[in-house]
Amino acid sequence: MAGTTAQAIRERLKVAIPKGRIYKKAAALFRDAGIPAPEDVDDSRKLLVTLQDAGMEIILAKPADVPTYVEYGAADIGVVGKDVLMEENRSVYELLDLGIARCRMSVIGLPDWKPAIHPRVATKYPNLASRYFREQGQQVEVIKLNGSIELAPLVGLADRIVDLVESGQTIRENGLVEMEHMFDITSRLIANRVSYRMKSDAIDDVCDRLQAAIDRRSAQQAERV
Amino acid sequence: MAMSKPKVFEKPRGVKDYLPDLADKLRRIEWRMLDCMARWGYRQIITPTLEYYDTVGLASSTANERLFKLLDNKGTTLVLRSEMTAPIARVVASLLKDEALPLRLSHHSNVFRAIEEEAGREWEFFQTGVELVGDGSPEADAEVIALMASCLKAAGVRDFKIALGHIGVLNGVFSASLPDRPEQQQTLRECLLKRNYVGFRAALKGMDLSPEARTNLERILRLRGGREVCDEALAIVGDETSRTALAHLRDVWDALKAYGVGDTVMIDLTMIGNFTYYTGLIFEGYAADLGFPLCSGGRYDNLLAAFGRPAPATGFALETNRIVLVADDMPKDERRVLVLYRKPRREEALARAMALRRETETAVAVETVFMPDGETADVSGGEGQWVFRGRRYDDVLRFDE
Repeated sequence: MAGTTAQAIRERLKVAIPKGRIYKKAAALFRDAGIPAPEDVDDSRKLLVTLQDAGMEIILAKPADVPTYVEYGAADIGVVGKDVLMEENRSVYELLDLGIARCRMSVIGLPDWKPAIHPRVATKYPNLASRYFREQGQQVEVIKLNGSIELAPLVGLADRIVDLVESGQTIRENGLVEMEHMFDITSRLIANRVSYRMKSDAIDDVCDRLQAAIDRRSAQQAERV
Repeated sequence: MAMSKPKVFEKPRGVKDYLPDLADKLRRIEWRMLDCMARWGYRQIITPTLEYYDTVGLASSTANERLFKLLDNKGTTLVLRSEMTAPIARVVASLLKDEALPLRLSHHSNVFRAIEEEAGREWEFFQTGVELVGDGSPEADAEVIALMASCLKAAGVRDFKIALGHIGVLNGVFSASLPDRPEQQQTLRECLLKRNYVGFRAALKGMDLSPEARTNLERILRLRGGREVCDEALAIVGDETSRTALAHLRDVWDALKAYGVGDTVMIDLTMIGNFTYYTGLIFEGYAADLGFPLCSGGRYDNLLAAFGRPAPATGFALETNRIVLVADDMPKDERRVLVLYRKPRREEALARAMALRRETETAVAVETVFMPDGETADVSGGEGQWVFRGRRYDDVLRFDE
């Protein structure tokens, strides 16, 4: 573990960013903050991108895996949706609300929904859903699905679903309605417990630059309104 | 998830085997740390693996759902010890109740916690640590932190940092900024405990606060660094609890400098720890190469009272199964000797082996191998690097001709 390679890696800040939906938005924010994250990485098969001048290495991970990389210290910091963070329940620092990839977590069902005798909820987020319904004082059976959650109430697999809603178009197209708005979701900057202390200067610097970029963006938005 | 009958090579998922190379390294590290503690006047204590749930189980800092519980033959609930502080508090308040304070005790044992089955999160792990009971001064806090740093050095951990915090600082700031609003104070504490700074800021937004109190509470998240952090904090907090805590912290910092370990410590006032358990200074140690803390500790002035002998106390535990991953290897400089013999020369061979084992100048490991008639001993290699049955030896003594 010791030696020159470990030394070299240690000095660089390792940043886990999810491929896909969030990447472009995160990369744009990083560039606003003066960190030259490449615009597009989805076409390449690359999993690691080194930003020599910024002293960073970008780890391109599956969204749900970002908290795991960060918790184990394989990445020092990471960008991850609050939905994943709530589902994975990892021991990491949640430092910043990046304000990107904004959407909401909702309970969704058919318009004529009536309380079921044996309520079943289908979702990609079983931990989050179980916790939520428990706090609401409801005992429900949670069914984990891996995609196309909207199918579940249509085919009678579950009477409700818990899922992310961005525009609500998919829900409407499937004849479903949003029954409860559970949480607002945005992407967050998270940090490993040890890195947060051992690399505090580098992490504080990234945080400050990102915060400044976020503030500039909201100021611009306010002007437009 | 339901599990089929285990295969013969399997063991429960949260536990580990330590093969000889790793076991060697682990034991060497433990020995070095215990030796270090002994040099600081700490005497080792051994307590049982099993304790009562109603005494040590309830008093321990481990969350209830993380305790391994079992029933004895009378139906009383027992726990596998989850840490060593509560058992030691029990002993200090009972068997050692006539011993004058302060007491300096060290411990070394396996502890058990029911944690999710994942790598890096074990059910059984090893802790080596100390408790200093009966001294509530900054000197006592500094002593255990300096000792922890010495133990890490002795174990061969290079490049480590120890973060210091003080429960009293935030307690004071919260009570001063949010008087008579314990629920809101609790919300903020929970956020910090979960390391959720986003949630902390969002919770602040929803609270009715003076602009000054709001700024101060937001600034707390950035209070990290050296001694100057205490000065910065003293400039923004006005309440007595916080100021006393900060003065205490600064005193500890100065004492740590006197111990010569000032360059390994940093202050982080957002570090909050288990606030129902810890009462003052808390600390945690990290190495650059590992994503999890190596050791932690703090002041727990209320625990001893639960066992009937109120006394201030502080201590720490080093997680040796993590330290073994980042410590420099300190190979044993022992001489491995193979003694090969057949029946006619058995007496001579075994006497020689016993004589070698008594040697105290250098460390030796002497293996004896009996060769049955008709089997030839296939020793290869040469001077200082012999190989027999796939294993290396520095020396081979043959009594098989």
